[in-house]
Amino acid sequence: MKIRLRLVSFSAPIIALGLAVGLTSLILLGIGKDPIETFKMMFEYGSTGKSLVSVLNRTIPLYISAIAVAVGFKMGLFNIGVEGQYLLGALLAAAIGTSFAIYRPIHIFLIMLIAVVASSTWAAIAGYLKVYKGIHEVISTIMLNYIGTGLIAYLLSTVFFDEDEKNAIPQTVELPESGRLPSLNNVVGIEDLPNLHGFLPIALLLGLIYYLLIWKTTLGFDLRVTGANPVAAKFSGVDPKRLTIIAMIISGAFAGLVGMGPLLGYFHQYTIDFPPGLGFAGIGVALLGRNHPLGMLLGAMLFGFLERSAQILDLRGVPKEIETMMSAFILLIVVVFYEIIRRYIVTQQIKDASKKVES
Amino acid sequence: MNKAISVSKITKSFPGVLANSDINLEINEGAIHAIVGENGAGKSTLMKILYGMVKPDSGDIAIFDNKTVLNSPKDAIDSGLGMVHQHFMLADNLTVLESVILGIDKATFKNINLKRYTSEITEVINKYNLNIDLNKNIDELGVGEKQRVEILKVLFRGAKILILDEPTAVLVPQEVDELFNNLRDLKNNGVTIIFISHKLDEVLEIAEDISVMRGGIMVNTVSADGISKKDLAEMMIGKSLPKPPKRQSSISTSEILSIENLSAVNENGKKVFENISFKLNSSEILGIAGVEGNGQREIVEAIIGIHDYETGTIKLENNTIDDFSIRERLNLGISFIPEDRQAQALIMDMSLTNNVILGRQSLAKYKTKLTTVNLTNAAKASESVVENFDVKTPNTGTIATALSGGNQQKYVVGRELEDNPTLLIASQPTRGIDIGAQALIWEKLRNTRDEGLGVLLISADLEELIGLSDRIVVIYQGQFVAELQPEEITPEILGSYMTGLKK
Amino acid sequence: MNDLFRIIKDKYVILTPLFLIIFIAQFEQYSQLTSSGTFGSALRLSIPILLAGLGGLFSERTGVVNIGLEGMMIMGTWFGAWGGYMYGPWGGVLFGLIGGGLFGLIHAIATVSFQVDHIVSGVAINILAVGAARFFNILAFDGIAFASSTASPRIEGEIGKFNFPYLSGGKIGENETTSLLGNIENADIFLVSDVSALLLGFTSNISYFTILALLIVPLSVFVLWRTPIGLQMRSVGEYPSGSESLGVNVYLMKYIGVIISGCFAGLAGAYLVLEGPNVYLQGQTNGRGFIGLASLLFGNYRPFGVLMGAGLFGFADALQLRSEEAIQGLLVVVGVFLIMLTIRNISHRNVRGSIGTGIVGSLFLFWYFNSTQVPIQFIYFTPHLTTLVVLSFSKQKFRMPKKVGVPYKKGELN
Repeated sequence: MKIRLRLVSFSAPIIALGLAVGLTSLILLGIGKDPIETFKMMFEYGSTGKSLVSVLNRTIPLYISAIAVAVGFKMGLFNIGVEGQYLLGALLAAAIGTSFAIYRPIHIFLIMLIAVVASSTWAAIAGYLKVYKGIHEVISTIMLNYIGTGLIAYLLSTVFFDEDEKNAIPQTVELPESGRLPSLNNVVGIEDLPNLHGFLPIALLLGLIYYLLIWKTTLGFDLRVTGANPVAAKFSGVDPKRLTIIAMIISGAFAGLVGMGPLLGYFHQYTIDFPPGLGFAGIGVALLGRNHPLGMLLGAMLFGFLERSAQILDLRGVPKEIETMMSAFILLIVVVFYEIIRRYIVTQQIKDASKKVES
Repeated sequence: MNKAISVSKITKSFPGVLANSDINLEINEGAIHAIVGENGAGKSTLMKILYGMVKPDSGDIAIFDNKTVLNSPKDAIDSGLGMVHQHFMLADNLTVLESVILGIDKATFKNINLKRYTSEITEVINKYNLNIDLNKNIDELGVGEKQRVEILKVLFRGAKILILDEPTAVLVPQEVDELFNNLRDLKNNGVTIIFISHKLDEVLEIAEDISVMRGGIMVNTVSADGISKKDLAEMMIGKSLPKPPKRQSSISTSEILSIENLSAVNENGKKVFENISFKLNSSEILGIAGVEGNGQREIVEAIIGIHDYETGTIKLENNTIDDFSIRERLNLGISFIPEDRQAQALIMDMSLTNNVILGRQSLAKYKTKLTTVNLTNAAKASESVVENFDVKTPNTGTIATALSGGNQQKYVVGRELEDNPTLLIASQPTRGIDIGAQALIWEKLRNTRDEGLGVLLISADLEELIGLSDRIVVIYQGQFVAELQPEEITPEILGSYMTGLKK
Repeated sequence: MNDLFRIIKDKYVILTPLFLIIFIAQFEQYSQLTSSGTFGSALRLSIPILLAGLGGLFSERTGVVNIGLEGMMIMGTWFGAWGGYMYGPWGGVLFGLIGGGLFGLIHAIATVSFQVDHIVSGVAINILAVGAARFFNILAFDGIAFASSTASPRIEGEIGKFNFPYLSGGKIGENETTSLLGNIENADIFLVSDVSALLLGFTSNISYFTILALLIVPLSVFVLWRTPIGLQMRSVGEYPSGSESLGVNVYLMKYIGVIISGCFAGLAGAYLVLEGPNVYLQGQTNGRGFIGLASLLFGNYRPFGVLMGAGLFGFADALQLRSEEAIQGLLVVVGVFLIMLTIRNISHRNVRGSIGTGIVGSLFLFWYFNSTQVPIQFIYFTPHLTTLVVLSFSKQKFRMPKKVGVPYKKGELN
């Protein structure tokens, strides 16, 4: 019975995917393109070796971002500020991380540490504002995103400015060799393909840490209980104020690591062009993956795959924005279906239990 | 004389509870008819049926001699009924005028004819002599005024029969007088009034006919002339009170809980409880008797640490715990069975095993050195609870919401007793559950008491209170008004203290 | 006299900075703080925030949290640009309203009929809107010059503007008239000139769209407080089960509230385009949907309160655009204000509060004395920072609809 219910809850994303494909096909038909051809194109392009590497690379920051958001969700907090948090963390990590060069593992660890400290501090501000000033975290984190962007722009053009590159876009000094993470190609034996970023195992490790934190520790238990029933949580001794700030800090900490994949893997510095939008995409992945470590991984891979395979579309005359639409459809539809299915599962469990008890 | 309402053979049961059993009732037109009974006697259910909020399992209702089927409150309103709920259904952000006219006009963008409404409503106000300012905001009103607004609401919609559910529960004496004057004016204008209450003095003052309910049945309907409080109380509570079982006196002298001069006010400055002092020893069950809403819930929440208090000291086993957080107090060995198991004691969507940890997350039993949750111990504890308390569930992984109310309650009680607590606070521990579960919980409470547990028991179920307690204190309007031994309690005495007659 | 003192004491949070600003503005380099140009810009920049805030008002009054205002505004910008391109400026207004309303409908379906968490739905809608705008843009303007995935082609024509005759130099017939207010402003008299600068800003070069938007404020008051539908909407956000027992159709009221909120947010977006660059640009809304929510909170859920909040944030926005030096002057205002709060905190024995305001206040003054100009990157987030600061110091009890954000199931009589 439990298996049956598990399967039912898996059906939500699949139904959503199906409906989204359907909706997208309608739109494609509407603009005079053949949906089957389009999807076939996307799939073929997306499954090449090169593409799969790209998909995995994209998955890394998406997954970590989703984890950051999910930590908040588990407690009923909406950390929309992952965007500002990860960019701030990346900037400070890149800028400060270039000022020294030591034994690589330690150097990389320190770079990550700087990012984590910076971003969790930024997130803590929102936590503080919620607990002591009653400002809802959705508004405060979004405002902090904008303030953070301004701060970053300022720091980038002044304090952390690379003097040698005065005439190019504002950027930090590049990280030395010891601050770069090598690719995994040699390890996995795919030398002829583009670089598979070395941060991948760390990303998976972070997923594991998320799982252990939320489902295995007492803190995680308190988080989940508060998210499920704040009143009962309070009656069980949870201090909601303290927990809110802790949750925001942890969420911010994960957020800081979102930029580390790109930074350590190929960007090697922070510039105006540092990949944006990962914070918001993470929200979508967390919702799609229902805050579950495996679910979010699959969700990240799905979005990564869609992003990558859409690149072929422009070259074949289909606007690649169709993929953005499809992702958004998936998100909205899946959120509705999760609610429907959640209720169905609960009703079923009640029915089953009363049947078993009567027998 | 015409009958305003005739109720015939009404029966209604909820899972595990027979709320109304074969009720027959006749209300004369133009009368003030009171329905009395203890909490849980079935009065509210009967009223909900009359008002179309609940459908009876069987039976008939006739309103003004027309047999009527009531499917919704609207049907009741159309038949001329008007209900004034105990908990007012008023939106704080509206004015009195707006509250009265809400829902009368169809939802359009046309201007509301405030002038016309004002004059029409003022007519009604003057006709029935109600003292109301139409332009005040609801949240500015005192309780008595809010009640008059509720009355006005139903009168304006043409109600000829008014049902008032515990109307004096929230009023001070002067407001009660005002209300009674209003009711007499209404009666003189032909309105029939049904008055639900357990306050016997007031009932005798205002009512002409009195019906008594007890345990889901209609005991009797009598005229107010020639009946005494004593008679009514006996009918309400039942001639035979549960005889407390003979027990070996094993109350020890080691003090578990000491409360001194506890007082608290709410945000409006109103006293919630005042100068509360008592002691609880081990191997003792102290029962707090009182009508709900007289401060007992808040006192108990203050002990746990949820409710603030301005003055006073709480000592647990001689340690002052006033500065301790909720978690710290729980860790000292306080167990708590809250009133509302679904909202306060359980996480409905989580498994029983997860729920067993609730309230004791930071105990070494459930928290390893690495701060991980010890699910193995939790599973064991969960199984132990299920077995010891006969909780009917497929397994301990079932989510809480899948269990019946009685099994949920048994689980909560079992969880709270599993870790040998020092002090147990039990608030309505057997509310709304079947008799079998109730008996089991009582047995467990007695056993753990005999083994040394000190229990603070709040209950609206007098059978439970008298049957379990070694001592009973009565609370009325935030203060303790009496301390009684179960052997010397009669229905009259208890009823009198609980309803504020004796001090 | 006593009454006057009491009013000043109650409202000192607003009055003190106001006086400080007027005082600072007397200095030449900070004169832009109270120039008619600034006030005119402030008005124009406040309108989108106002409309978004009013949208939030209608939605939350019926108990539905609408975080998706930003996304609905984005739809307003795109549909406004497209409608304007195809059918002229007023077509843009109409389509902006429709576009926003469409997304409002989606939010209503998700939250009211499917009981999805309000904030989750709002976030999803924001994500959907960004993608949709991009996509529609590509679709509609493929191949047309000056269009890309991030911008639409220019709209021809503008919504008419209006100048008050005599007061602001408006035309009567073919003749220009004098600008009385303009003359007073230039006379540089303390306080009087500042006030007439304010009035001049509000009466010169006013677009009809602005007037339309401003009229929505009293219109909202009328609908919500004078019509049956408004009464039912307000009751639904506060006490849905009680309202249902009186025959109110709770679901319908919520739908209407949310759709209206989408329409208003859409209008806000159209305004951004039509009173701005006349094109749709990606990122145009810049968080104004959320600032609108902030002005809703600031205005305590009343239309004229939202207007004040929007005005405040619009003012911050205007300064940021017009005069970087003036922002420097703001530093003093904030610093001195915080120092005054510190003194008050000390007199109230509020230790933690006074340390907080004291430190931050001193930092601001230190910053002022040690720099000639606030860095331009900081200036860009003046409105967002103002939002946070204002929300932090708003002491009033938020008169939020009691059941806002709580999913309602029909028949839930408690």
